Amino acid sequence: MSIEVLNLTKLYGPQKAVDAISFSAKKGEILGFLGPNGAGKSTTMKIATGYLGATSGSVEIEGIDIERNPLEAKKKIGYLPEHNPLYLDMYIHEFLAFTGKINQMKSSEMKNGVKRVVEMCGLTLEQNKKIGQLSKGYRQRVGLAQALLHDPPVLILDEPTTGLDPNQILEIRRLIKEVSKDKTVIFSSHIMQEVEALCDRVVLINKGRLIADKPIAEFSKGSTGEAMLRVEFKVPIDTAPLAAIEEVLEVSEIQPGIYKLKVKESEAARSAVFKLAGESNLPLVGLQEEESSFDEIFHLLTKEN
Amino acid sequence: MLAVFVKEINSFLNSLIAYIVIAVFLTSIGLLMWVFPESSILEYGYADMSSLFTLGPYVFMFLIPAITMRFFSEEKRIGTEELLMTKPLSNFQIILGKYFAGFALVVMSIVPTLIYFYSVYTLGNPIGNLDVSGTVGSYVGLVLLGGVFVAIGVFSSALTDNQVVAFVLSVFLCFVIYSGLSSMATIDVWGNASIWLEQMSLVFHYDSLSRGLIDISDLVYFVSVIAIMILLTQLKLDAKKW
Repeated sequence: MSIEVLNLTKLYGPQKAVDAISFSAKKGEILGFLGPNGAGKSTTMKIATGYLGATSGSVEIEGIDIERNPLEAKKKIGYLPEHNPLYLDMYIHEFLAFTGKINQMKSSEMKNGVKRVVEMCGLTLEQNKKIGQLSKGYRQRVGLAQALLHDPPVLILDEPTTGLDPNQILEIRRLIKEVSKDKTVIFSSHIMQEVEALCDRVVLINKGRLIADKPIAEFSKGSTGEAMLRVEFKVPIDTAPLAAIEEVLEVSEIQPGIYKLKVKESEAARSAVFKLAGESNLPLVGLQEEESSFDEIFHLLTKEN
Repeated sequence: MLAVFVKEINSFLNSLIAYIVIAVFLTSIGLLMWVFPESSILEYGYADMSSLFTLGPYVFMFLIPAITMRFFSEEKRIGTEELLMTKPLSNFQIILGKYFAGFALVVMSIVPTLIYFYSVYTLGNPIGNLDVSGTVGSYVGLVLLGGVFVAIGVFSSALTDNQVVAFVLSVFLCFVIYSGLSSMATIDVWGNASIWLEQMSLVFHYDSLSRGLIDISDLVYFVSVIAIMILLTQLKLDAKKW
């Protein structure tokens, strides 16, 4: 296993920021670390990278304990901290050379390494600028370049896409996908779609506790097969016939004419709604399955536990 | 360690801090030694550099904290501390890198005053009528005093993420250890402990060096204060792991 987190607990005074979390990831895997703000994602990552110490439990990076042998373990990690802190008064090359040196790279491999990550992260055009002059998206790339420079087997990224525009998010995702082939990637997020787009496996935590740890395929469906439909009629209608459909569990009105249905089987329910509209001559103008939002899945999973 | 050292030196040079510190130090010392009648060597009439060595510590007391205040507090404030501390680099190496960068800057600002030494040496009548061993001892003392002040500054800056707080704290600590302790020793409440307190103060050992006798016990004092400050800094940084 590339990363093995075992019974990790972190106390801040009486408060448990992380409560006996265990999970692991192997090479070639992208692990999504999901949870609402304040769930303990960043704390876990900070402990895994050796920035904070754990109250109890252990983290092993490629078989090396981060607490007992921090210098060896840290060599194997590329880390992009939350908010991506950088030395703004440094030039990109200067900064990358500096991180290369403190990662104990030899000067020959560093030259190639800097060239490689600059190209990989799309910094070629900007490479002679000061970091302080760059836009947020480019700074994020510098942060990634820094994490990738020494070609670490383990990549830990703390919310790598927050604050970026949609195009930049796509690019960062593509980059993560690209580098993940021969690495272990753990990245945290509170955005469900992002995790769906990237991850093989998802670890969900809330209030410091592990809620779920399963492959993405099982995860995104939710666990009961329930879905939400958004149905729009030209004029407000009587909701009784909608509620009478066998698959519909719940009907709620969002705006006059727009209803939200909680249904058992999405496909059967949608055709039933169509049928109803056709038969009763209701002016149906829209019918759409809502992507199960993070909240809903989250609520579902927290309820189960 | 070397990478951190080079990074800090570069940031001194890029941010003008180095030039300003050296320029301010040399200007104020130059004015005090040659221009202001109260302390000018020319008015005084003796080939003696004591104005550099009595006033230099007070100039350093403000300048060195200004150099060191950003060392850790800036990293903490903008979050780069996390970047640095998750690299394969021990806290001790980070501290030493920063310490030596600050120390190098202090040495760089002292070196040009050798010109004053040469001037006084040649202005003496007969030429060379200057207490050379005393001056060499004072130089050693001044460099070591700079080393102590840098160590205090590094420690203060590790305590807070606010540069102003770090500055004020290290000016205060530098003052206490330089002359505060020996002034306190003059209060008539200590009894036999007052000599002990006197010996704890930096000025006691600094004066002893300036007499031209480089005594091991004085050197041990300076080096131990530096070591204690650096270890306290490391303790503070390691406390993150608890």
